[in-house]
Amino acid sequence: MKRFFRGINQDYSNYQLSILVVFRVMIGWHFLYEGITKILNPNWTSVGYLLDSGGLFSGFFKFIAASPELLKLVDFINIYGLTAIGLGLILGLFTQLFTLGGMLLLAFYYLSHPPIIGFNYAIPSEGNYLFVNKTLIEMAGLWVLYLFPTSMKIGLDTFIFKVKN
Amino acid sequence: MSDKVDNKNSEAGKEGMNRREVLKGLATIPVLGAMAYGAIKKVRFEDNRKSNLKQVVNLSSEDPNMYSYSKSDRQIRIGLIGFGIRGEQLMRAAGFAHPEVIDNLKEASVKNSSDKRYDDYLNQDNLNIVINGVSDVFDYRSERAQLAAANEDREGISGSFLKKAKIYKNWRDLVAADDIDAVIIATPDHWHSKMAIEAARHGKHVYVEKAMTRTIEEAFELKNAIKEANIVFQLGHQGRQTESNLKAREAINKGVIGNVNLIEVCTNRNSPNGAWVYDIHPDANENTIDWQQFEEPCEVKHPFSLERFFRWRCWWDYGTGLSGDLLTHEYDAINQIMDLGIPDSAVASGGVYFYKDKKAGHYINEVREVPDVFQVSFDYKDRDLTLLYSASLASNMERGKMIMGHDGYMDLGNTLNIYADRESTKYSDKIKTGIIKPDLPIYTFIPGRNNVDAVSSPTEQYFAGRGLLYTYRSGKRVDTTHLHIKEWIEAIRESLDTGKTILPSCNINMGFQEAITAHMATIAYREQRTVFWDKENEKIV
Repeated sequence: MKRFFRGINQDYSNYQLSILVVFRVMIGWHFLYEGITKILNPNWTSVGYLLDSGGLFSGFFKFIAASPELLKLVDFINIYGLTAIGLGLILGLFTQLFTLGGMLLLAFYYLSHPPIIGFNYAIPSEGNYLFVNKTLIEMAGLWVLYLFPTSMKIGLDTFIFKVKN
Repeated sequence: MSDKVDNKNSEAGKEGMNRREVLKGLATIPVLGAMAYGAIKKVRFEDNRKSNLKQVVNLSSEDPNMYSYSKSDRQIRIGLIGFGIRGEQLMRAAGFAHPEVIDNLKEASVKNSSDKRYDDYLNQDNLNIVINGVSDVFDYRSERAQLAAANEDREGISGSFLKKAKIYKNWRDLVAADDIDAVIIATPDHWHSKMAIEAARHGKHVYVEKAMTRTIEEAFELKNAIKEANIVFQLGHQGRQTESNLKAREAINKGVIGNVNLIEVCTNRNSPNGAWVYDIHPDANENTIDWQQFEEPCEVKHPFSLERFFRWRCWWDYGTGLSGDLLTHEYDAINQIMDLGIPDSAVASGGVYFYKDKKAGHYINEVREVPDVFQVSFDYKDRDLTLLYSASLASNMERGKMIMGHDGYMDLGNTLNIYADRESTKYSDKIKTGIIKPDLPIYTFIPGRNNVDAVSSPTEQYFAGRGLLYTYRSGKRVDTTHLHIKEWIEAIRESLDTGKTILPSCNINMGFQEAITAHMATIAYREQRTVFWDKENEKIV
């Protein structure tokens, strides 16, 4: 547990704390809105995205797309996982857990469409990427947030973990 | 947690949290309010745009119900003439795939779990038919057809088969047989009308492949024979079953794109198979092919030629090239959508521009006669529009069907996109107020959009994109050819049960319009002139 919350006793300046929280809320906002749009669209499915996969792991992602049961599960994880992670990051609730969850999802997105030489995707992108894309940067951002946690100071984790004792 | 933390927590405990700490703990909650406000506003904006568009393009959301025939359990007894590439496909669509085909589908589904063609095939409706007779002038094919006809259980080559279908050496005996109610004709075009007329005279119902006939005269003869015999006739344009065509028809009828002035339809292929340079079967020779029967309708007889037998589409003696083979599919789709009928005039151009290199395997002894690049312009004076057909058998650039009107245009393949024209009169207010954005479709129709699509070959994709291979009914992927044969079979049942004259979707009237239109294009090309249709006297001038 201590390790999991490593850094809670770190003293940030108010300036540092504020920027870290703004960063946390912004990534949370991105996740939450992705989740909400999927909840609002009853026809949404990850199948097109999965079938568009390229690179070393594309076989794995296409395998998921081909199996109706797995696809259902993956759709569920995407819709409600994104929403829950978004809420967790914004509210500062079980933040470390959701931060890791977010990194895991982003890792899958990155590996399904790696910006490596020789692969082009049907999913449109608004910039030019080589090896590093915004998914990877967002993942690194979550990593930073994991190592510099803020929810015990600003967020609902303040109550949960203090009340426990 | 460590003692140190515990101690610290217990000191600061629940009671010990000061107001400032509580406020900090709750500080980010208002962000959710902002998210909710933004999301609701965005949803309202989109809903508003959609409902405004719905007022403009109000197309039905139900599955199209094309016909409702009686569902009696009467079994229909079929005879098949011609078991080449298309004959085999038709038998498969009717529920009688050759066991080798089943094995290939099965193997493909094992190799690639996203390939669902085997499951799709097993799920295809049973049409309650039996194949009692088969006929082909090539022995290998008639025997193959006999085995396919025995495969009602859709088994692989290891299955057990009871070969019930009789092989007829001459098709005339097949159409005269008492145990046959209906015939499917999938021979070269030069036989179509002769076989269909003879079958109709024997009271057999007829499904014949396109092009309906090889000549203008045959089109008249066949139309008269079918009307006299009062049988159920279906021409093989399976595009009639494509859902997006039906949606497009609804959109045109509701005036969504205004007055249509130009329609462009195309064919693009780029492979020897696509250009009818088919393989010569190793078992084929003068002993296994009844060449005399094959050539019987030809005015000028030719010596035995494997090249002509397998690649007959390349010579005028047997078919009409692009106009009969592929223009007809495109024309029939537009005729289905817009009831165009026969054009007033046709001009054509093109030539044999690619398939003339012997070393590249384009031909063996004789260069083809039919063009591989072909353009036709049909004019409809009463409708104030031109229908343009453009084809290349040596380039794969994909072009959809485009229907252009003053108020909008539609791009039609297996999917349908309708756009408003930025200078439209009808939509000018809505474009000004931003309800309609000319660069975004005002209507999109994607059949089966929630389904996982199977992996298809490029040729299959080509056909699927043009609605010629698959369509969807209630979100389920089905073969359009299967639906087309199914409609014919059900129409036959209805006709036998009620004694009424039944006209299915691609009936003899549609077929007559198709044939005359295609032949006007062929004549325009071969005689290098403008060909006119004299409506009053029903003749070509």
